Amino acid sequence: MTCRLWPALFCLSLFSAPFLAAETLHEERSLYRDITVTQEGNRRCLVFNVHRGDRNQTCMNTADPERLVFEYAKMTFAGLLLNPNPKNILIAGLGGGSLPSTLTKLYPDAKIDVIEIDQAVVNVAERFFDFEETENVKVAVNDARVFVKRAGLLEQRYDFVILDAFTGDYIPEHLLTEEFLEEVRAIMSPDAVLVANTFSTSRFYDHESVTYQKVFGEFYNFKLPSSGNRIIIARDAALPPRGELNAVARSLAPGVEAFGVPLLEYPNRLSTRVDWDMSRRALTDQYSPSNLLRDN
Amino acid sequence: MNAKQARRPNNQGPQAIPSLLVVSAAFVSGFCIMTIEMLGARIMAPYFGGSLSVWGSILTVFMLALACGYLIGGKLSARRPSLFNYAFFFLAAAALSLPIIFLADEIMRPIFLAVEDPRYGSLLASLFLYFLPTTILGMISPYSVRLLVENSDHSGQKAGLLFFVSTLGSAAGTLGTSFYLVLWFEVNEIVFGTAAALALIGMVLMIAGTQRGHANDL
Repeated sequence: MTCRLWPALFCLSLFSAPFLAAETLHEERSLYRDITVTQEGNRRCLVFNVHRGDRNQTCMNTADPERLVFEYAKMTFAGLLLNPNPKNILIAGLGGGSLPSTLTKLYPDAKIDVIEIDQAVVNVAERFFDFEETENVKVAVNDARVFVKRAGLLEQRYDFVILDAFTGDYIPEHLLTEEFLEEVRAIMSPDAVLVANTFSTSRFYDHESVTYQKVFGEFYNFKLPSSGNRIIIARDAALPPRGELNAVARSLAPGVEAFGVPLLEYPNRLSTRVDWDMSRRALTDQYSPSNLLRDN
Repeated sequence: MNAKQARRPNNQGPQAIPSLLVVSAAFVSGFCIMTIEMLGARIMAPYFGGSLSVWGSILTVFMLALACGYLIGGKLSARRPSLFNYAFFFLAAAALSLPIIFLADEIMRPIFLAVEDPRYGSLLASLFLYFLPTTILGMISPYSVRLLVENSDHSGQKAGLLFFVSTLGSAAGTLGTSFYLVLWFEVNEIVFGTAAALALIGMVLMIAGTQRGHANDL
């Protein structure tokens, strides 16, 4: 559109440059954030709060949309090592919808509930990232805390829960507390696994780790050098022996290969080593200054 | 003699009201209003989430409560204003803040169960949790003005000073709570701190009022 305002030659040189400038496909200011969709070659990205230099929320390869682009999205699938056959999946945070889209392809019979606080994100995911609600994939525009609390009252149970509600910019403080994790634990079936995508840096890491440990006991900490994220994988029961994880990885790996998930590499990366300061205070509804802690 | 009388304020003993005390009290009440308001969202998030509508509910209820408080406080200030009444407002606000600590879950749980839409749930919960203490805190503003005003010439100036101080208190309460207090204390500890501060001010005012006996009646 801006092209029409500029001499054609300038436009041509801009778009034929060897390093393509990211083109903005869509911009929108929602109730919660500025949403931008950019395209750079085959790479289409959803960016929140671009003016504050936020990271890409999610990216898609438009030439190969099945293939997951982001490391953290792939890492989420390590949760399958603990429950290789989920039937009821809960995902807090939609983003571009790559997680529910992939999971429903992998498990067409599984029921997937996605919670997203921002209707605008749902619209953008549908319009630009091939996300669609289906018979089995439902989106609730709601706060995850409210949804989970109500699911608990209705005695709903999920066997695979993904917490992916953190943007690079802001942490919803009520989704990190011991009380919230207890509420999540209450809607998890006995064989369920929880996968939480969070950050691997700052003082906040210690507080968060202490909180998860308090609720779930020992959990898997999953970090890769190529990603600034860390994935927490927890479950109510004791963690399985590593040999079991390797066996599951071998059986699942062919299925997830099309999505670009190197599942076979993951079992050895899951760590139970305590690499945080255990003397830190657990986060509770009474004490959760997470956004302040993150800057310290 | 006549001229002398004219220069005197038109009501008896207004100099007896220590204006520093009233001004400090107004600052504290401004501080406490915003401290509770800032924590309001945190207190309600476990039941109603952190969506924009929850903030909308809180702000609405605080504005309504303050509006009512201004009206009632102004009305009461017209009838034998005294430090005793003034002190009582602080003590009442302190007492009415305590349910925020001790009854929050008891209040929010049934509302969460009965009202599915978090917008109306949070609005209702805000009403029950914050309306009464905020109304009382709102009453303090016009009443403070009345205690400070000696004659109508200065009334605007005194009102301006009071708004200045109490709004400064509100700014301090907002910043202090969101930047530091939540980092140092638990939510309930902070609410308890505001209740204690209000009660303390109330008691100091009560003592100041007692010392002057009935002479402090304007």
